[in-house]
Amino acid sequence: MPLLVKLLVQRIALGLLLLFLVSILIFVGTIILPGDVAQSILGQSATPEALANLRAELGVNDPPVARYFAWLGGVLTGDLGTALTSGLDIAESLGSRLSNTLFLAFWAAIIAVPLAIFLGLLAVRYRERWPDKLISAVTLASISVPEFLIGYVLMFFIGVKLRLFPSTAVSFRPDASLGDKLEAIALPIAVLTLVVLAHMMRMTRAAILNVMQSAYIETAELKGLSMFTIIWKHAFPNSIAPIVNVVMLNLAYLVVGVVVVEVVFVYPGMGQYLVDHVSKRDVPVVQACGMVFAAVYIGLNMVADIVSILSNPRLRHPK
Amino acid sequence: MKDQIDYLKVRAALGKITRREFMGRMGALGVSAALANTMLADAVRAAGPQKGGTLRVAIQGGSSSDSLDPALAANSVATQVNRFWGEALVELAPGGGIQGKVAESFESSPDATVWTFKLRPGITFSNGQNVTAEDVVATIERHSGEETKSGALGLLRNIKDVRADGDSVVIELDGPNADLPYYMADYHLMIQPNGGKDDPTAAIGTGPYILKDVEMGVRFVAEKNPNYWGDLGNAETIELLVINDNTARVAALQSGQVDMIDRVPPRTAGLVARAPGVNVHTTSGPGHYVFIMHCNTAPFDNNDVRLALKHGINRQEMVDKILFGYGSVGNDTPINASYPLYTELEQRTYDPDKAKFHLDKSGFDGSILLRTSDNSFPGAPDAAALFQQSLSSAGIDLEIKREPNDGYWSEVWNAQPFCTSYWGGRPTQDQMFTTAYLSTADWNDTRFNNEQFDQLLVAARAELDEGKRKQMYADMGTILHNEGGLICPMFNDFIDATSDRIAGWEQGEKGFGLMNFYAPMKMWVAA
Amino acid sequence: MIKNMPIAAMIGLFFTALYFLMAIFAPLIAPYGMAEVVGGVWEPPSAEHLMGTDNIGRDLLTRMIYGGRTTIFIATAATILSFTTGTVFGLLAAVMGGWVDQVMSRFVDLLMSIPSLIFALVVLSVMPVTIPVLIVVMGLLDSTRVFRLARAVAVDINVMDFVEAAKLRGEGRVWIIFREILPNALSPLVAEMGLRFIFMVLFVSTLSFLGLGVQPPAADWGGIVKENSDGIVYGIGAALWPAVAIATLAISVNLVADWVLNRTTSLKGGRG
Repeated sequence: MPLLVKLLVQRIALGLLLLFLVSILIFVGTIILPGDVAQSILGQSATPEALANLRAELGVNDPPVARYFAWLGGVLTGDLGTALTSGLDIAESLGSRLSNTLFLAFWAAIIAVPLAIFLGLLAVRYRERWPDKLISAVTLASISVPEFLIGYVLMFFIGVKLRLFPSTAVSFRPDASLGDKLEAIALPIAVLTLVVLAHMMRMTRAAILNVMQSAYIETAELKGLSMFTIIWKHAFPNSIAPIVNVVMLNLAYLVVGVVVVEVVFVYPGMGQYLVDHVSKRDVPVVQACGMVFAAVYIGLNMVADIVSILSNPRLRHPK
Repeated sequence: MKDQIDYLKVRAALGKITRREFMGRMGALGVSAALANTMLADAVRAAGPQKGGTLRVAIQGGSSSDSLDPALAANSVATQVNRFWGEALVELAPGGGIQGKVAESFESSPDATVWTFKLRPGITFSNGQNVTAEDVVATIERHSGEETKSGALGLLRNIKDVRADGDSVVIELDGPNADLPYYMADYHLMIQPNGGKDDPTAAIGTGPYILKDVEMGVRFVAEKNPNYWGDLGNAETIELLVINDNTARVAALQSGQVDMIDRVPPRTAGLVARAPGVNVHTTSGPGHYVFIMHCNTAPFDNNDVRLALKHGINRQEMVDKILFGYGSVGNDTPINASYPLYTELEQRTYDPDKAKFHLDKSGFDGSILLRTSDNSFPGAPDAAALFQQSLSSAGIDLEIKREPNDGYWSEVWNAQPFCTSYWGGRPTQDQMFTTAYLSTADWNDTRFNNEQFDQLLVAARAELDEGKRKQMYADMGTILHNEGGLICPMFNDFIDATSDRIAGWEQGEKGFGLMNFYAPMKMWVAA
Repeated sequence: MIKNMPIAAMIGLFFTALYFLMAIFAPLIAPYGMAEVVGGVWEPPSAEHLMGTDNIGRDLLTRMIYGGRTTIFIATAATILSFTTGTVFGLLAAVMGGWVDQVMSRFVDLLMSIPSLIFALVVLSVMPVTIPVLIVVMGLLDSTRVFRLARAVAVDINVMDFVEAAKLRGEGRVWIIFREILPNALSPLVAEMGLRFIFMVLFVSTLSFLGLGVQPPAADWGGIVKENSDGIVYGIGAALWPAVAIATLAISVNLVADWVLNRTTSLKGGRG
């Protein structure tokens, strides 16, 4: 499919350019922020001499431009450097955090995305009847409650009272068996599912309803096809563009936006890692995390755009 | 029946029958559950420490950006981890005073300017190397040298010379200091091979445990050091988890995921204590939640404004509503009964009339801006709101500005003229005053400059007569109470909690919470 | 129009109106002063305090009424801003196509890729933090999400026959955007608006972490949930009231949105 190849090549090239711009923006951003890494490492009890000594050792007295290019040079040769604060290798720490984050996001998505689309289809099928209203009310209520509150409530009823699942993810070990890992993160998965479900479900419902009045749907109805076949085979494929956009937004959220859930359930993911290092102004780590998050957004947006184009025959074959 | 109860107590304490079984049989003998619980706890304590097993601890304060270098330790998790693998020369004794660790004994010259620490013979680092006086000298050098970035630098500043003398270390000061051993007990000053100059983050020391698994800001696993010189350390393995969220930490304890937690939120401590199988321990300490004014910045440069604010705060209400009773009222000095040589001053109480009187006298007329943030102390914005209410009864207008958590300690604290803050306290009055109230102190966060106070402080260091020294500290306290920029409404208790699975809690240890962070080593797995 | 209104929409409209009116007339309705400490901590509901008291002994009902004020005002303003900006630019990008579309889309990608924590902190440090600045920043950041959706829907519609017909007729771009594409894209967009409103309500409460948002002793609903959340797991319901308020507001706003949507679907189709 030459169109797909062309699109991919074009978009990946643009993506790399964007990543470069993002890296400059994040770097400048962290430089602008008040506060510095030395102060935050040594904390409230730091003496001025100790601060000065640490700054010199960390090299944060060098001019920003030189530091940026040193960093860029490192990245291009595959070296993310070491964290200013802990002195640990960034690639290594980041790697394990990222794989934890992706693991959680993957399982939450595996449950949430099909469920949301199914509920959306169900809501359309029983439009304006009680299943539609029930689904709407429950999903809306679930996103209206702040995440941490859902987390606490599940933690206490399921974790402490009923003891069905561990109340926090402290027993999570990356090298454990899949079953053990899933048990450890059952509650975070549940919270994340509740948080992203409504958005995708409502969009599925709205987008399908939007095409339900079209002439071809009426034709299909006249042919005597069952309601569900019409929705699934005819309406859904034609409303894929908005749905896929919202799904991608939520997938991105599952990767970059789950810091609250990570904190509440003590899950060692990327969000907490980034927050820890932003608050200490550890620029190399912030840069590395920023690049990963940017790549996630750019990649998912690219997928969304390409799927939109491929799903619409008129766009696939422009006149 | 008594025999039967005693028999069961012993069985339970030795772990031969489960807790549930014990409670059941006690119930059958007509003993109430509450009483049976107490009996079990006593019996377990009486049976003495059990060795072995895994003890799981969850505490607050760690971050993935922490370092293992003890010089950089700046939170509870780092302090606790240092206690596992390392030891300082000396340590606070549980009931007050100083006990030897790497140093077996210590003594000073009569004028307290030259101190000699005699090392404990035959002890080794966890890498097998013998501990030498040179290692100790190198450690002190690393923390006090020109190049240092150690958090203990402030304490070591008046060391003139440090040298090895056989199996002793001699520290020479540039002036007398009767409290030097307290300085050497600082949690940064872990003795490392060659002072940690070769590899500061190696976590090799003389401590009772050896770190086996380290995941910064997440999890640490420590195993018993087989060659440890003392009898500290009961569990074979200690697993330390970082749980920063209050509710999650309590839930982890209640659901049996961990055995011990620190910093139970005061509001829920009473409710946590009612949960089955959980014991809550409160310890009064030197930590205090404060409002600090810069004495050199208008309008706080006028002592009447300062006094107006001091009279306009309702201390008891703060203790009741912010600490939920887990604490005690402050008296506008940083010192409370937990300090040696403490003298009680007359308690200042909430008096809107006096507040109004002092404000009128000062001639200041306007609104006062108080900066606060959620992380300056737990409940700080709420405390600020209470302060605003109590001041409004005195006709004083307080405006509150919530600052970002991010950057609060670098941009607001010790920079803005009036803000909320927290002090963890220090083991001695001298250290607390030297750290924050001496006019030349780095963290003179109230910009307090009082010649008489400074002179008393230096004189007290050289005073070896306890009675006279106590009087000097009382005088300094009075000066701060009447003229200082510190509004200290409350001292917070440490609130820790443990599960029934472990035993051996000792009440009232000096220093930090969790028995000065020795609870994981001193307690044991009972069942 | 009101006559044949479905019951669900009526309920939605009723609650939405109730909350908005409460917000506007807060000082008149609230039984106590906003910051006044009137009792002990977390007293249960009683005749004097219909919802009980909060974590430092203030009347919870009063806090809720005043809290609704900030919450609803900020969320409404930011939603309108993000929604109109995002929609207008999204539709424009779809209709213009070519490099205009590319530039706008990639710029949005760029904005979305910067971690919001860093973005917020930087804005905070270079701008005076006032409520209007807050609304503008929140609204514009959020409009990137609306932009992507609006553009995706519009690109699909832009190649439909009726749009082609309009173009051949020589209609201008503005006509095409507002008379051809917008009515046919409205359904997903209105659904999105209802949700964006909820996200904004919740977002206001996360701002206090950054020292933004409302200053104590004022509060917003999310903030009241947070202040009282310690008690929730021990059966102290103070945090539930604001959570329920947010949920009912969210459901009501979406019921109204659904109803608006139903009324507009009849306007659609390839009208000449």
